[in-house]
Amino acid sequence: MESKSFTTGNRDNPNTDLHGSKNMMASHFLRALFRIQQTSTSSSSFAGRSRRIRRAAYASMAYSAGARRAWSRALLRKLRSRARLRFPRRLSRTARPQRRDMDQAQVLRKLVPGGPSMDYCKLLEETADYIRCLTTQVRLMQTVMDSISSYAHHPMIP
Amino acid sequence: MSSRRSRSRQSSSGRITDQQIDDLMSKLQSLLHEARHGSHDRASAAKVLQDTCSYIRSLHREVDDLSERLSELLDAAGASSAQAAIIRSLLM
Repeated sequence: MESKSFTTGNRDNPNTDLHGSKNMMASHFLRALFRIQQTSTSSSSFAGRSRRIRRAAYASMAYSAGARRAWSRALLRKLRSRARLRFPRRLSRTARPQRRDMDQAQVLRKLVPGGPSMDYCKLLEETADYIRCLTTQVRLMQTVMDSISSYAHHPMIP
Repeated sequence: MSSRRSRSRQSSSGRITDQQIDDLMSKLQSLLHEARHGSHDRASAAKVLQDTCSYIRSLHREVDDLSERLSELLDAAGASSAQAAIIRSLLM
């Protein structure tokens, strides 16, 4: 397991300009987690709390990219409308036929927020950024989990 | 692209490697380049898009999974120690 810090430990990639956004993502997500933890009672459902955490994850991603990206603008709109956050889960039933790339682009459009209104080039650009951001968010969540579990096992002496 | 490495796709429960993402990124970039300059290798484009879709789905699943596990942890850890751990993460 990696123990290096989330914000400074990752290898520098000149293609990503996530540095400031990473910090923003982390602090937003952690503050949301804190709130969720505080407002969570023994009677609140596990599923409800998971959903709130999941929502906080996508919110942190969207806020870190802000208005700069079509996918983040679309995601922010979805979040603000308080609609259920849903991404298509199932693969098409028609197994794996040889799909033309245009059909695959349609599949991709459903997975990237704001996808349906993007042309092909835009879709590819937005997809790359979306994936980078998603990956960062996943790493953040893994780091937070490691931190909480290790703390629970080795609490600091007050 | 110069090298084609065959590797197992995403790790199901493990960490996403930089290698995986770099590979996917360069494929997407070259696809974008193709799209902009009109060249169109249909077969490989379809494959890259398919891999991209699988990858995004797996990332979505990871977010779901980690959300559930965090939810469990926040519950199990007890209020003050969970809060302390979160604050500690903020200071990292």
